[in-house]
Amino acid sequence: MNILVLLKMVPDVVEELKIGDDFKSLDRDWLRFILSESDEHALEQAIILKEKYGGTVTAVAPDAPELDDALYSALAKGADRAFKIIGEWDIYRSPGLAKVFSRFIEINNIMGEQTLILSGSQAIDDLEGEIVYYLAEFLGLPGCCVVTSVQYNPDSNCITLLKEFSGGLRGEFELSLPAVIGIQAAENPPRYIPIAKIRNIMKTQKIEEIEIPVEGIPNGLTIEKLFEPEVTDRAEILEGTPEEVARKLVEIFSDKGII
Amino acid sequence: MGNGIIIYIEHLRGIVSDISFEILGAARKIADDAKMTLYAVVAGKKVDALLPGLGKADKVITIEDDSLEMPTPRAIADILNAVGSAKGISLYMIGGTNISSGIGVILSVKQKIPLINLCKNIRYDDGAIIATNQLFGGKILSEVKIEDSKGIFCINPGSFKSEPGKSGTFPQTETFEFKSKESKLKFIKIIEPDLSDVDISKEEILVSVGRGIGSQDNISLAEDLVAVLGGAVSASRPVIDQGWLPLNRQVGKSGMIVKPKLYLALGISGAPEHVEGMKDSSLIVAINKDPAAPIFNFAHYGLCAEIEDIVPVLTDCIRNKKG
Ligand SMILES: Cc1cc2nc3c(=O)[nH]c(=O)nc-3n(C[C@H](O)[C@H](O)[C@H](O)COP(=O)(O)OP(=O)(O)OC[C@H]3O[C@@H](n4cnc5c(N)ncnc54)[C@H](O)[C@@H]3O)c2cc1C
Repeated sequence: MNILVLLKMVPDVVEELKIGDDFKSLDRDWLRFILSESDEHALEQAIILKEKYGGTVTAVAPDAPELDDALYSALAKGADRAFKIIGEWDIYRSPGLAKVFSRFIEINNIMGEQTLILSGSQAIDDLEGEIVYYLAEFLGLPGCCVVTSVQYNPDSNCITLLKEFSGGLRGEFELSLPAVIGIQAAENPPRYIPIAKIRNIMKTQKIEEIEIPVEGIPNGLTIEKLFEPEVTDRAEILEGTPEEVARKLVEIFSDKGII
Repeated sequence: MGNGIIIYIEHLRGIVSDISFEILGAARKIADDAKMTLYAVVAGKKVDALLPGLGKADKVITIEDDSLEMPTPRAIADILNAVGSAKGISLYMIGGTNISSGIGVILSVKQKIPLINLCKNIRYDDGAIIATNQLFGGKILSEVKIEDSKGIFCINPGSFKSEPGKSGTFPQTETFEFKSKESKLKFIKIIEPDLSDVDISKEEILVSVGRGIGSQDNISLAEDLVAVLGGAVSASRPVIDQGWLPLNRQVGKSGMIVKPKLYLALGISGAPEHVEGMKDSSLIVAINKDPAAPIFNFAHYGLCAEIEDIVPVLTDCIRNKKG
């Protein structure tokens, strides 16, 4: 199987997010970038599939701060090649990035009968929806998101998927390759790679840089403004020593008849 | 303004999803404010049983076909595209659910109109439709404006009340002929959650752990608390994805919808996909070390603290109280 994993960096929301002076974008001086969480899972699922069924894993991402670390980490985990699409990509969202990825696929002549394209199901900044479905439309391939398991049957060249619905229900689906799949969670949690191994990879393997023509690639929707949620009935914050707040909580629980 | 709004009525196993009523209510208001016609599209193998209660729409357009038992997003997008073209409408509202995921994107490619995802509010204002979106796990909101009534809005579940969308009257209906194309994506079966050890949706007390719990070992802090408080341990998605707790403990969009008497959230940030599953709990208490965590916008009481500092003390305190 020939697996392509599409990756994207996003702001780490554990850090404080500050709105920029234009009130339309985040202040980039404050941002720390990490690989989108579901992309991390897509990468893991790709490596798992390679280990089970053989083949190659190629990781691709548009340039962003901290991207090199993420790509070296992908190589250390078992990706065969890692591509950085150079350029300025912050004004593009899913429709534009999917166009960029589809051009990457075209230029590198990647599509084949056994090609499986994986990406994260949805990122925290996907204001215009999932990249996976845009790409599936652009390439004329079947697509499916919110997937938590992928099994491959080499004889029929089909994959079996589990897709999450709601209320704990899941649906089983089958489709033949080539296809584009949005991973929500890999079969196993993303593996941990020691820094030493990543440092070693930095010496022996290279991130390949590639340029993609941007003509005709749509910018994102215009955001009128960004703002922080205004809350009318925010939680009453209990303060004091651990013993004091614990006692207050116990009082609340007994007032409400919980204990 | 355009000719109308088309909304998609999502259903699973013969039941109309709550999100469809949320959207019916919200779209009804926009249609009234903008003086537009509200169409609701119902597609399925059999649709009759789904129609009562959809009376808030001016007209329900029905499509029946055997191939629509578990339709692919592409099949539904094809239908919405055809209905929109027939009626001259390019304004749509769809549920931002796992089941409906993909419909909006595919429709946006077909119609060459923008998709506005993650909407928690949508209103009509002086000729424009304005949406508010939940970005970055609910920490930041954005506002997007559509002035030509061409766009697809995907609504996050739980954004609106469903009651205003419910109606006792049978809607006016119109059948729509549509032959869907053969799909490469084949539905095989539905898999039920394994509830043999616990059904968290039936528990009155949930101590729910998020990524902030830090490690699998620390889950015992929650288990010790449950041992004195009663109830069960539940979790947010990352805890399940790490394999620290089984799938049947997940609360949220993909997990279970819970409404316990007490929901105690330990180290959960309060992302929209999590809140969707627990926002109707009677009493929500959150312990989180980040004062800006969105969970404090939903909780009744909050403690801005480290889990490790509070939970063992709380467990002791309850144990003493109960004697
Ligand atoms: C299609 C889709 C479906 C999804 N379905 C679900 C679902 O069903 N359920 C679900 O939960 N999520 C779901 N998600 C994921 C969701 O978007 C969030 O990523 C997830 O809810 C975050 O979980 P969390 O709050 O535990 O982790 P984080 O967002 O990482 O938050 C951890 C929190 O812990 C706090 N913390 C850290 N250390 C401590 C400490 N020592 N003491 C106190 N506090 C601490 C931090 O301040 C932070 O607020 C879904 C996402 C998508 C795209």
